[in-house]
This record gives sequence, structure tokens and C-alpha cells, in this order.
Amino acid sequence: MLHQYKLNGYNIVLDANSGSIHSVDEVAYDVIAMLDAGMDRDSVIRRALESYGHRPDVDRAELEELLADIEALKAEGKLFSPDLFGENASDYKNRDACVKALCLHAAHACNLNCSYCFAGQGRYSGERALMPFEVGKRAIDFLVENSGTRRNLEVDFFGGEPLLNFETVKRITAYARSIEKEKNKNFRLTLTTNGVLLDDEAIEFANRECHNVVLSLDGRRETHDRLRKTLGGGGSYDLVVPKFQRFVRTRGERGCYIRGTFTHYNTDFTNDIFHMLELGFTELSMEPVVCPPGEPYALTEEDLPKLFEQYELLAADMLRRSREGRGYTFYHYMLDLENGPCIRKRISGCGSGTEYLAVTPEGKLYPCHQFVGDPKYLMGDVWSGVTNAAAMEEFRACSAYSRPECRSCWARLYCSGGCAANAYHAAGSVSGVYEYGCRLFKKRLECAIMLKAAQAEAAPEGCGAGSEASGRDA
Amino acid sequence: MKRITTLNTRDLARSAAEGGCGECQTSVANQACEKKRKGD
Repeated sequence: MLHQYKLNGYNIVLDANSGSIHSVDEVAYDVIAMLDAGMDRDSVIRRALESYGHRPDVDRAELEELLADIEALKAEGKLFSPDLFGENASDYKNRDACVKALCLHAAHACNLNCSYCFAGQGRYSGERALMPFEVGKRAIDFLVENSGTRRNLEVDFFGGEPLLNFETVKRITAYARSIEKEKNKNFRLTLTTNGVLLDDEAIEFANRECHNVVLSLDGRRETHDRLRKTLGGGGSYDLVVPKFQRFVRTRGERGCYIRGTFTHYNTDFTNDIFHMLELGFTELSMEPVVCPPGEPYALTEEDLPKLFEQYELLAADMLRRSREGRGYTFYHYMLDLENGPCIRKRISGCGSGTEYLAVTPEGKLYPCHQFVGDPKYLMGDVWSGVTNAAAMEEFRACSAYSRPECRSCWARLYCSGGCAANAYHAAGSVSGVYEYGCRLFKKRLECAIMLKAAQAEAAPEGCGAGSEASGRDA
Repeated sequence: MKRITTLNTRDLARSAAEGGCGECQTSVANQACEKKRKGD
């Protein structure tokens, strides 16, 4: 299965089954497309000569050479390759699966009142609640007990706003650290915060303990304040931006993402990203809002062309600034082609409901933070473990190959079948498809691959790009 | 004339033979492989 597209002056051919990526000239682009359409060799040469025969660099001998190169790539499994993984997808997904990450809901409460919050102002359709230390401690023990031989374990302090329960967050962290050596585990802690309570003590804690910190900022003041309001109804931009700037200055090389949400109100979201850059932030993530279609801020079908244009504009801007020596990171354009995920990971996806669980302040387990509060997906609790076998089976069945739409999609080994929660909310089933999200994902992936092609072109010989016959890792 | 430049990409078939270690971060396109990161 091939996917071909042109973007920003690059002609890209992606061999979906092998993950091989080729940057080609327009003659090769058309010849490969003709072969993919089933045309025979002689017809391809005849058609190519009709289209390009007027050019000095295109004659029959040149086309014969091109076809030989294509045959060589095919023989190496880099073009027109067969699918080697689909038949055993469920084995890859469930082999040696164990819990390795928890989303710890330190607080079902929030000090902001954001209109689009999937957690319903942090309360997840329930009562305001803070996680007691005993629940957090038991959650850590549950994670260790169910993690098998995995050494790297992850805990994200999430909410609501986790810093509303900062003392408990610190105690849970201290407990996790106290058992690391004895249990031979390495806890990678992360914190997702709106920044309102990001004071000196919280900054010091995050810099000492947190592998990554996610800071919520939607961009320009008017964008941010429109939907991210204080409990009093005012905007929160002026409240949080100085704290974020202070935090980022102290953060050094450690992970820290400014994470925004764009909606129907700011389909020109690149301007919000550019504003983040003006504020001094360079590690950025900007996500499309996911919400019921009736909401006034919901993204619409009519928004899609504009959003695609914005993603392309962003990629071109990143390329330009990178060449000027002032590059920045956009999460979805970070693609490590050589050292990226193995096939097991690509087929398994995020691991929600199997490797990754959310824990409520009461100690209840859900497949991930976006299912919290839905009685159908209450998986169990941190004392009894996972007791809802039916729900777990649903998630064990999710993979890059479990949906018919995915099996025929060129992007399946990059998105891994997509987000189960988005599918559930959009299509009514975790095995459904959130088609709008698919279209955005594919556009982002096209942009990310184009950026890699541009980097390979700019790199010294042998860095980033191989020849026709040496394009893979050893 | 060189008309095709193949980017260096991870050999997925080989990664299947190696088996997933599961030590990578829970997100997958944007993820890094823990083994590769450590240079194992």
C-alpha cells in the first residue's frame, strides 16, 4: 500500500506496510503512481515519454534505469511491500501486556472554569473530590504489583487541577521514590497543570521530580480568555502566563510542553502558536477540541480546509525558522524515523485500558482519563484490581488493525488505530472511528514526513537519507 | 540520474523479531523507542 502526496515542493512516497519513505522527483512520482495503478512496464514508459519526453533528462534509457531502481527497492521490501503484521496484530498487542502507566486524578476539582473541559470543570460529572494519600499510595503499589518486569513506570498527576492537592501529590511522589530501589522500578512522573497555583514551591517540586510538565495555554490573550475562565468569569491569561514564563526559564533541558486547544473560534491557530513563540515558549502542542458537535466552539466540516492550510503553514514556518537557527518543537511534527516505535508499539497504540489506566480520587480504575465517570467503563479499583473483564477485552481488541477502516489506511502504523475515547464519543464504540480526527491526523503526519524529507535533503551525505539501496538502519 | 532518495527509517520487520520491550513512554508516531534512546 502506497501513499503519495506533494507538499511544500516535496514529492513524497510512503510505503505504508514497511514504513519506508521516499522523496522523489516528479518523473519518479508519476511512474510509481502508474505502477501502483497496475500499468505494465511498457505502458508506463510510453506514458512517461509522452509527459516528460521533451525534457533533456528523460529518455527511454533514463526511464529503464528508474524502473530498475524501483525494482531494487521492491526487492528490498521498501516499495510495494506486503503487509507482514496484520495477521498477528492481536499477538503483538497482547504479548506480555501489563500495566505500566497511571493517570492519577489527584483532584476532581478545578480553580478554572474552562468551557470545553471534557472533565466538566474537573469534577467528571461527580462531586468535588481530592485524592487522599492512602489512595495514591495504594495506586503506586497497584502499579508496581501489576507491572511485571517493566522497569519504567509512569504516573501523571492530573485533574481537575492537581496542584489543588499539592501536599498529597508531594507525599505520593515521596512514597514512589522511597520504593524505587527496592522494587527495581523507575518512576517517570509528569504533571498537567493550568498554572494558577504554579508558585515557587510547585516549580521547585516539578523541576526536581517531574520528567515532563504540561502547561495549559491556548495562545493569544483573546483566544485563551474566551474559553479558559476563572471561577469569577474573568480571563486567566494574565494569571498564568507570567508563571509559565518563570517556570520555563527555570526548566532547563527537562521536558515541558505548552499545550493549547484550538476550537472553531480560532481556526487560525498558527497565530496562537506564533504568539506562544513570542512569549518565549518553544516546546509546543496544539490540539483540536473534541466535544459534542452542538457546542458553539465545536470544529465543523467547513473548518477542515482552513485547518489543513494551517498545518501546512505551520510546517513551512518551522522549516524556515529552523534554517534560520531559531527552531521550535511542535509535538505532532516530532517524528523519529530511525529510532521511533517498534512494530509492537505501533500496533498496540496508547495502551488505554490495558497498559494505561486512570485512577479517581476514590481509587476507581478507568481505561483512561477520558472515560472517568462512565459506569460502563468502571474497570475496578486499586484494591481489587481490574474486575470488569468485558471492558478490558474491548480494549485488548483495539489495535492498528482492529477496525476495517484502519486496515486499508496508509497511516495505521503511525496512529495505531487512533484514540479509543474519541472513537467512543464520536461513534459510540471504542472500536469505532473518529473520522474527523483521522483526517487531521493524516494531514499532520504528511506535514511531519515532509519536514523529515527537508531535513534529510539539508543533512550531510549519509545523515538522514540513504541511497536507493541503503535507506534503513543496520 | 538519482530520482529517488530513500529516508533512513527503522526496519519494522526487524523490530518485530526483536520484540517490544515495553519500556517506552505511554503516548504513537511521535514516540521514541527506549532501547534506541539508550543505544542498546
